[in-house]
Amino acid sequence: MASIGKIARRTFLIGSAAIVGGVAFGAYYVSRPAPNPLKPGEGEAALNPFVLIDQKGVTLFAPRAEMGQGVKTTWAALIAEELDVELEDVRVLHGPAARAYYNSAFMADALPNRGYDVSDFQHSIGEVLGVLGRTLNMQGTGGSTSMKDGFTRMRQAGATARETLKQAAANHLDIPREQLKTAKGMVQAPDGTTLSYSELALEAAKLNPVEADLRPRSEWRLLGKTQPRVDMVEKATGTAEFGIDVRQPGMKFASVRMNPRLGAGMNGFDATEAQSMPGVEKIVDMGDGVAVVANNTWLAMQAVEAIEVDWQEAPYPPETDQVFARIAEAFDDEANSTMRDDGDVDQLPEGAVELTAEYQLPYLAHATMEPMNATALFEGDKLTLWCGNQMPTIHQWKCAAEAGLESEQVEVHTTYLGGGFGRRVELDFSILATRLAKEMPGVPVQLTWSREEDMRHDFYRPGAIGRMRGAVKDGAAVLLDGKVAAASPVAQVMDRIAGLPAGGPDKVHVEGFFNPPYAIPNFRMSGHLSDISIPVGFWRSVGNSFNGFFVESFIDEMAHKAGTDPMEFRLALARQEWAPAAGVLEAVKEMSNWTGQTPDGVGRGVAMCYSFGTPVAQVIEVFDDDGNIRLNKAWIACDMGLALDPETVKAQMSGGMVYGLSAALFGEITFANGEVEQGNFPDYDALRMSTMPHTEVRVLETQKHMGGAGEPGTPPAAPALANAIFDLTGRRARRLPLMHDFNIWT
Amino acid sequence: MSTTLRINGKTHQVDLPDDVPLLWVLRDEVGLTGTKYGCGVAACGACTVHINGEAVRSCQTTLADVDGEITTIEGLGTPKAMSIIQQAWVDHQVAQCGYCQSGQIMQAANLLADNPTPSDADIEEVMQGNLCRCGTYPRIRAAIHSAAQKMQEA
Repeated sequence: MASIGKIARRTFLIGSAAIVGGVAFGAYYVSRPAPNPLKPGEGEAALNPFVLIDQKGVTLFAPRAEMGQGVKTTWAALIAEELDVELEDVRVLHGPAARAYYNSAFMADALPNRGYDVSDFQHSIGEVLGVLGRTLNMQGTGGSTSMKDGFTRMRQAGATARETLKQAAANHLDIPREQLKTAKGMVQAPDGTTLSYSELALEAAKLNPVEADLRPRSEWRLLGKTQPRVDMVEKATGTAEFGIDVRQPGMKFASVRMNPRLGAGMNGFDATEAQSMPGVEKIVDMGDGVAVVANNTWLAMQAVEAIEVDWQEAPYPPETDQVFARIAEAFDDEANSTMRDDGDVDQLPEGAVELTAEYQLPYLAHATMEPMNATALFEGDKLTLWCGNQMPTIHQWKCAAEAGLESEQVEVHTTYLGGGFGRRVELDFSILATRLAKEMPGVPVQLTWSREEDMRHDFYRPGAIGRMRGAVKDGAAVLLDGKVAAASPVAQVMDRIAGLPAGGPDKVHVEGFFNPPYAIPNFRMSGHLSDISIPVGFWRSVGNSFNGFFVESFIDEMAHKAGTDPMEFRLALARQEWAPAAGVLEAVKEMSNWTGQTPDGVGRGVAMCYSFGTPVAQVIEVFDDDGNIRLNKAWIACDMGLALDPETVKAQMSGGMVYGLSAALFGEITFANGEVEQGNFPDYDALRMSTMPHTEVRVLETQKHMGGAGEPGTPPAAPALANAIFDLTGRRARRLPLMHDFNIWT
Repeated sequence: MSTTLRINGKTHQVDLPDDVPLLWVLRDEVGLTGTKYGCGVAACGACTVHINGEAVRSCQTTLADVDGEITTIEGLGTPKAMSIIQQAWVDHQVAQCGYCQSGQIMQAANLLADNPTPSDADIEEVMQGNLCRCGTYPRIRAAIHSAAQKMQEA
């Protein structure tokens, strides 16, 4: 279908009717203010922004970044469920950057409630706020939101398209629509006559959309059951196109070096040597860095390394210990938020035993397997951009500004992402590719960062310090008083994207800190923001990634102080607060045959975190292998409320845990002379096949609201492991990575 | 200088300095993008290809080092005619982001050629050089066992 490219190019169709050969309706109808980005060509019908039918068949649009989480498959399944098509019979495309593809769940997560305690009324308010997402052009993938966002809207898109196709058939056959059935992309009449959707599409496109009630769960064919992923064959055969695989006629290859002192400028450079290196075609001054365009990426990387650059000094303390001293200064300032303040933490309950602990966690890189890259073609009044990204409309907007164009003049092609983890929410790779393309009008340029450039120019998980004070009495927690200090990704992203200051309490900063689902009578949790300017961003599970460690490590310390088994200690607190949180703990207790006792040489730890709407408990088992600590087994239980694709949920839970364990064992970004010291996987290793624990995942569906899947597996991993190591060694890990203080088997 | 390469049964002439790594010859010159760049220092395995059937890291193999028939993921099988091991990857729904999987599959194919019935320990030893940030290792292991069995039956 050659016209998909044409459709993608004409993203700004205004109005809902009278498109050549078709009309837009369906989910589009219920969200009318956003124009349908699909403009069908001759013989095609775009029944709404998510369903396009032509003579060859049905194409579904899943405008969310496929970065491994399976969204392309499950998003398409939501539409296919109601549309009555089979996933193997349809084509699924990402589609263009468009307002119609806004994410309605982004704003809902910004509400200042604890998440698990929302009433149905508040839940609805959240959905209403989500509508605001579209006014902000927020087409995006992140925050474990895709299924919450698409669950109702995409089924409506499928149902409305289906009923309208049936109406077209009803008109054609002169039979009431109610007597018609649909299956496998066909409308069936009682007499056995069948009409394919392709045959009916153009007729349907002339009709007003027919809305329909959504089917109950008991009638689902696809949802709630594991579907073969639509991207799997491509990914097993090397044919999936990632950003780095984009090839355009006449394309040049480039590499870049920006100031390793992040955010600082450049005094000048000498490219004499690079100029004469093989394959080099152009040296480009990027403002605060340099780029080389060549006929081969490796030659570009070699040449860009050969440029001598005079960098300016870092705008932050240049050494790691100074960085953390600076972050700690935030504790002296007024708290940005105290989103939990129950009882009176200033009064130690009579007979209670007090304990305190301070934890420190490092900056972390995302280290996606595919290094940052983008391909851009600037043609005077038009910019075309190809890249894996999590925010197409924002990339479109900011690259337009970089190129001196309007958003409408920028076409964004979102490829598969070779890992996202929050890194590809950022815009730097697209903006730099645009800057470079502007220097080479008419020539497509692919800008690829070396692994070292990628690791040294990240928007890091912020380094964070947690100061915890607690009290236990009669074997239970009676007081928890915590303070966290770190830089704020939200504040920085608001500034980077919109040039606006973030106002009010920063909920993301204290996620997993103020809202652990534990009933503790005296409970106060405050967030302190550091203004240190090292770039920080959204790293899988964001604030939960450090807050989960602070809370779940300290809860473990409290349990030991109280003389209570850490599992039972948590269960008692969770049961009183929120049953699903207790449910996931019960599940891992059963799965792991937790007895509270471990043989000599074996250690077990548990942690439970609630994030992105999903409570997740993990038990990790470690053992002593001749003086080295090895991971043996892991048990994970999560309560999704509704698991639209159970195997995909399991893969995300396991993968999320691996991401957290890798960071806990080996991950740290440190600074010397203002520059990041780590550059490649030997300095920033991760779990491998040989160090991966045997993992079992159980998916529960008891809670009322649907939870997210991509991130909630990460927060409990580090504390569960550290707690297991305490059980094994009697030594408490109050800083990460563990490799500095323990002998980790590799 | 001009070099002649045999890749997936076809002959290619390339005109690049002979210290250019094979990875970049495949990707940027020949247009075989299934082989991936991950680290450039042989620390992640994403660039694994076969030379005369042996798995090598193409980021550390210069054009001058190539001394035989090259096989890339594209030469192992195609979407319409997948090899047994690629089919096992699909059957076990291994990939998440998928970026490392070409290298994982090429490494696993070499493992099975050398050792048709690998134990878990054998798999761990051979596959530990292939990094997967999505953490798909359990499914990779299962897919390798399953491919081993299918190859025995075949």
